[in-house]
Amino acid sequence: MTAIAARMRFARTGSGRVGVTATLLLLALILIGPLVAPHDPAAIVGIPLQRPGSGFLLGTDGLGRDVLSRVLWGGRSIIALSVVATGLAYLVGLAIGLVAGYTRSLLDPVLMRAMDVLLAVPPLLFLLVLATGAGHSVVVLVLGVATVHVPSIARIVRAATQSVVVRGYVEAAVARGERTHSILAREILPNVLGTVLADAGIRLTGSILILASVNFLGLGLQPPRADWALMISENRGGITLQPWAVAAPALLIAFLTVAVNLVADAIARSLGTSLDRRRIAR
Amino acid sequence: MTEVAAPDLAVVDAPRRRRHPLAGFLVRRAAAAVATLFVVSILLFAGTNVLPGDVASAVLGRDSTPAGLAEIRKELHLNRPTAERYWDWLSGFVRGDLGSSVAGQAVSGEPTPISGLIGERAKNTAVLALCTVLLLVPLSIAFGVYSATRAGRPVDHAITTFSLGAISLPEFVTGTLLILLVAQWLGWLPGVSLISIGDTVFTHPSILVLPVLTLLAASLAQTIRMVRAGMLEVLRSEYIEWARLSGHRERDVVLRYALRNALGPTVQVIALNVQWLVGGIVVTEYVFGYPGLGQALVQAVSARDVPYVLSVGMLIAIVYISLNVLADLLVVLLVPKLRTAQ
Repeated sequence: MTAIAARMRFARTGSGRVGVTATLLLLALILIGPLVAPHDPAAIVGIPLQRPGSGFLLGTDGLGRDVLSRVLWGGRSIIALSVVATGLAYLVGLAIGLVAGYTRSLLDPVLMRAMDVLLAVPPLLFLLVLATGAGHSVVVLVLGVATVHVPSIARIVRAATQSVVVRGYVEAAVARGERTHSILAREILPNVLGTVLADAGIRLTGSILILASVNFLGLGLQPPRADWALMISENRGGITLQPWAVAAPALLIAFLTVAVNLVADAIARSLGTSLDRRRIAR
Repeated sequence: MTEVAAPDLAVVDAPRRRRHPLAGFLVRRAAAAVATLFVVSILLFAGTNVLPGDVASAVLGRDSTPAGLAEIRKELHLNRPTAERYWDWLSGFVRGDLGSSVAGQAVSGEPTPISGLIGERAKNTAVLALCTVLLLVPLSIAFGVYSATRAGRPVDHAITTFSLGAISLPEFVTGTLLILLVAQWLGWLPGVSLISIGDTVFTHPSILVLPVLTLLAASLAQTIRMVRAGMLEVLRSEYIEWARLSGHRERDVVLRYALRNALGPTVQVIALNVQWLVGGIVVTEYVFGYPGLGQALVQAVSARDVPYVLSVGMLIAIVYISLNVLADLLVVLLVPKLRTAQ
């Protein structure tokens, strides 16, 4: 229990508390929102581009859909997709890093040079190229964002693995004749996991930033899906008539990214690392 | 600190070699960059050509017939082996032939050379990037140093908090909020970069303001934090204490003694942020409809104009990787210690 209490220490710093509160509030909105939404987010319920009032709290969008309902529905995709992409990145990054750090064969340099090449491509360019070749779909988007994270995770895991491999308990396990995969899973993995997860929050922020950007560019999720980033780009044309259709989702994304970043920063600082390690999504 | 590997200088061991250590370093880094670019070109080509989806169907769109598809494929040499097509593209690219835009061909019926399409746009993007960088460097040093000398006071807290917020926002949100605030509600500046054909950004400098502000928001926040951190570290060191004790004015201590040593890591961070601008510019141009390469790239991706994406993507990768080499070189120039460090 004390370990968990120590882990939660970040929540007691000033900005950490603000961040946690804001994140929880927003998660509540995203989860409960669809239940309380007054209209179907895809249904055309009124005259297009009405300003707030007249029965619609935030007005209607360019097709006459209720902006409030779309906003209440539109947070799910961004959270779900970025959590899945980040999780996937950790799975693959861990696997590559563990193997590269443990093996003394040619596999290590080969894997690491491959990671270097991926790091040499600007993340957004990588995703744009992928969208050109494989089309604009959620699966491509999630796999692409995960791939963007993999090299840096693999590097950290490899370094952590190499520092663990030389320990006595690993040598003992080798001497006992245990199999490689069991050594990796039972001796090494638990000991590198802490180091590796320290910046999970920062990576999640990065995923949110880049996923939302690609959706905004219209190259990820497709209409009529209710998604905050997509809503901004859909309603840009009507910004003079109905600014709220753009302002509401923009403010919510701003709120979300700042809140998650505050938490990530507080966690990183309580662990002695800093947010400034790497900005992924730019 | 950042995850950037320190410039690998172990090999440039001065005493053994006659050659200038920096020249050796530069040659090594340039060779590595060319090798990386070669692999990146394969990656880009594979990403756009091997995956399912086909240029021919992108050209014809909805009115594709099997006969029409076959015709286009033949015309674009799509039925030749992938490796051969890759070689054709790469050798053409190296000679300056960027290929023909598929979307352009779909509109005009004629093959449209990409190099003719991107000249003006590349210039506009360069102007945008240059304006941003020219503001980024002095502002980040000024704010960073100021914040560090007032560490723990309200001003410092304000700068730190504000910059944490600005880092968190994606460019398209910053840009959209700026459009809403400055263009929509205050009506001060144009929200969209409308330029008639033949005009350049120089004739309408006001369209640069909001895109530059958007790009500055995120990168400036990042660099201020790093300059501040570097400066704080130096200010805590012993020789600064000495300088203060021997009666130098605080101004001199900060600007003459501390800043110099804080500058090395700062340059690296700024260079990194300039590199990150490459991605930010694409999104920002799209937000404001700014007529640059980034906007064109996004349009090409939407139209699945493979040759265009491939060639412009490669150009972007070249800029990105060159910036990386340049940053390493600058750091080595500024921090002499690194030249001989083992």
